[in-house]
Order: sequence, then structure tokens, then C-alpha cells
Amino acid sequence: MFRPRPDAPAATIAVEVEGQAVTVPSGASAAAALLLAGLATIRETPVSGSGRAPYCMMGVCFDCLVTIDGVGNRQGCLVPIAEGMQVEIQKGKREIGR
Amino acid sequence: MRQFDAIVIGGGLVGAAIGYGLARAGLAVAMVDEGDVAFRASRGNFGLVWVQSKGLGAPHYQRWTRLSAEEWPGLADDLAERTGISVGLEQPGGLQLCLGEEELNKRQAMMEQMRREAGNFGFEYRMLDHDELATMLPGLGPTVAGASWTPYDGHANSLNLLHALHKGFAEKGGTYLPNRTVGEAQAAPHDFRLQLGDETIAAPKIVLAAGLGNAKLAPLFGLSAPVRPQRGQILVTERTARIWPLPLGSLRQTQEGTIMLGSSEEDVGFDTGQKPEIMRNIARRAVLSFPWIAELQIVRAWAALRVMPPDGLPIYDESAQFPGAFTANCHSGVTLAGAHANVFAPMVAAGMLDPMMAPFSAKRFDVPAAA
Repeated sequence: MFRPRPDAPAATIAVEVEGQAVTVPSGASAAAALLLAGLATIRETPVSGSGRAPYCMMGVCFDCLVTIDGVGNRQGCLVPIAEGMQVEIQKGKREIGR
Repeated sequence: MRQFDAIVIGGGLVGAAIGYGLARAGLAVAMVDEGDVAFRASRGNFGLVWVQSKGLGAPHYQRWTRLSAEEWPGLADDLAERTGISVGLEQPGGLQLCLGEEELNKRQAMMEQMRREAGNFGFEYRMLDHDELATMLPGLGPTVAGASWTPYDGHANSLNLLHALHKGFAEKGGTYLPNRTVGEAQAAPHDFRLQLGDETIAAPKIVLAAGLGNAKLAPLFGLSAPVRPQRGQILVTERTARIWPLPLGSLRQTQEGTIMLGSSEEDVGFDTGQKPEIMRNIARRAVLSFPWIAELQIVRAWAALRVMPPDGLPIYDESAQFPGAFTANCHSGVTLAGAHANVFAPMVAAGMLDPMMAPFSAKRFDVPAAA
């Protein structure tokens, strides 16, 4: 559904999205990596469990909450990707302390 | 002039609970509310229905608090049925964590004194050590020496409670008068008149439940309510999966998943600002209790003012000079909501306070006559 803009830098950074290897341009956000990976939904809401996808891409809507390198509730659109980063779908509330 | 059976001044948790109780008893009630300019403890509180630490040296306060905790489920069901609003009540008991042996020993002595003072009324409590706590509370910090437990404690969604009380009040035919500051008041026995802007309202009964505003209002009705503001600060984390089976005094997880961190006590007048050093202390204590809390984002923080009588105990009174005028003042509008709606309001409806309320009279602050 999503394509990089023609003027985007070449995809050179390898990250893992739901265990799948994805190469994304440097400077892209974790949310952009999720979109490039082609996932239909990237989290399940804590209350009803309904699916969500990144929406505003600018830190406002909190619909791109994902687990990044094991830490839940991260705003994917505000986290720049880094080599080897692991991005996972968050199902329900963040787990902590166990 | 509009005539009512009763006027309640104050639309916070105390006023709304009493107003709801009066309207449910069939009275035509006016609830006069200052509006969003008010110091609204009802919107800044911690949401505990808390019993275990109430009334050291004052067993009548422990009994009143316990009575309220017992009335709470009935009130919650009643409000849910009438308004469709869940107030999120859970009463699984509560733990107060103690950091270090000294705190734990002090707490144990306090709980034992509470039990002795309760006499035949009883006061069930238990002290838990670190190892036992660690089996119930994941990721417990090593600094936690233990905790006190009683079966009476719980928590609720206090914003939903305020909403439900107002909705229930309106559905029982109550008249809500918001954005009104009480100007002139005329008092005579069983005849009270309030000037609200260009309108006058009158009733044979009046209940002063205006929180900190009661200090100025009470003398107009032959009553006394020497309350002062005591500031408390709260931090709130992002939402996480349910981790604790019960509220922990100054820590609790809401049903929605946020974790609330308290508590503090400051005497700073009518200042609702926040202080970094207080917030730091709250956070430090929370992280000592559970190191994993440090990984959570703080998403909100605020301060609010408790309504504090000189001895910390509630004030309930009826005016000897102007029968029909009552006061209700406390710093536990959530915990005492059950008693206010289900016990105190019926007393007002009947026209006099039960003798069990006598120890709560503001007369206790009067200088005793010299022998």
C-alpha cells in the first residue's frame, strides 16, 4: 500500500518487523518501517482488541504504539530506526514488571 | 423566589453524595455549585476507598469509615442501575507498603493500637513480611520490609463517581445550579435564603458541603468549619497490563491500567502548583517499592488541595442557633461517599443527626471552660 517517495534515500538499514527482515532508508521512523513491511495492522487496542495502524505520523494520535526492542507503548513514529532494531506488534496493554 | 425542601452548597463529591441521598429520599433539592473556578478536590484525588489508617486515637472515625466502606457496594450498584455509569469499585482489601524495618515496626504498632481501640467492634489486620509480599507483588523492591493489610480497603474511579452522583441527582429531580457563588445568605430556624446573582432560593434545610469554602460559609449559619488547605501531589504513568491484585495505599493501578503514585502533604495555602522535589520524592519511593516503575513514562501529574480540619477528622454538625443547617467537611470524599449518600443524607432528611455523629461536632475545637 505504501511506497517510499522517489527522492527518499536508498534503503540501507536492516531491521526486524514481527520477525521479518525489512530494509528501510536511514532516518526513517519505526512506524515507517511497519508500513514498508506491509502489515495491515500494527497493534491491538487494550480495551476492545481492535486493530490499529500508524495514522498521524507526527506524535499526536498514539495509534502507532508498538514494542521496540522489548519495550512496549513506544510511539513508533517518534523512534528513528537503527540497525538491527526489533519492532513487534503490541497486543493489548504493555506488560511490565514480570 | 424559588422554594426547595433542601439546599446543598457544594457540588463536589461530598455535596453531590449528600444531594443525591436527599433527592433519592424524595426531597426537592437545589445543589449550588461554584463551577470550574472551585478548588475541586473531587477531581484531584487518588481514588482510594481507604480504611486501614483512618482513626488512630479516634475510633469513632474508624467506625464511620468502615460503615462507609460497607455502604459503598450498595451505592455503586444503585448508581449503575440508575445512571448506567460504572464507578469501578473494587474492594479486595489493601496493603500499605513499609520501606525499611523502622517503618514496618511503627506501622505494626499503629495497627495494633487501632485494634485495641476498636474494642468489641473489631479491627482485622495482618502484617506481611517481604517474602510473603513478593509472592503477590511481582518485581517487589528489596527495600520493602513488609506491609500492613486489612480486608476493608479498596478503590474506585472517582471521576465516574462524581459524574454518576450528578446524573443520579438530576434523574431524581434535583435542581443543579452551577456557576453560582453564594453571595448573601439569610438564616433563621428552618428558613434559609440564598442570594445567587439576581435569584433567591429558599429552603427549610441547608447543608454546607463546600469543602474549603465552608470555613467562610459556616459562621453565617451559626456553625464553625475551621478547615485549611493541605496540598497533595500525584504522578500518573502510562497504561500497563494489570499487575497488582489490590491497591497499595500510596500506589494504585486504575482499572484502565495507569499507575497512580502519591502521596504528599504540604501546607502552602491555596496554591495548586507542583514542586519538583516533592514529585521526585514520590517517584523515588515508588521506584524503591518497585524498581520497574522507573521504566514507565509519566504521562500526567497534578496537585490538589485536601480539605483539612485541624485534627484531620471530619466535621459534621447541626446548627444549635439555626436548626435545619448542617455542615459536612472531610478530606476523604471518595471513601466517605457511601456514608454521605446512604447514612448522612437520611439523617438530614429526617431533620437531625444521629447521636453517633456527636464526636464529629466542631465543638471539639472550642476551648474548654476553665474548672
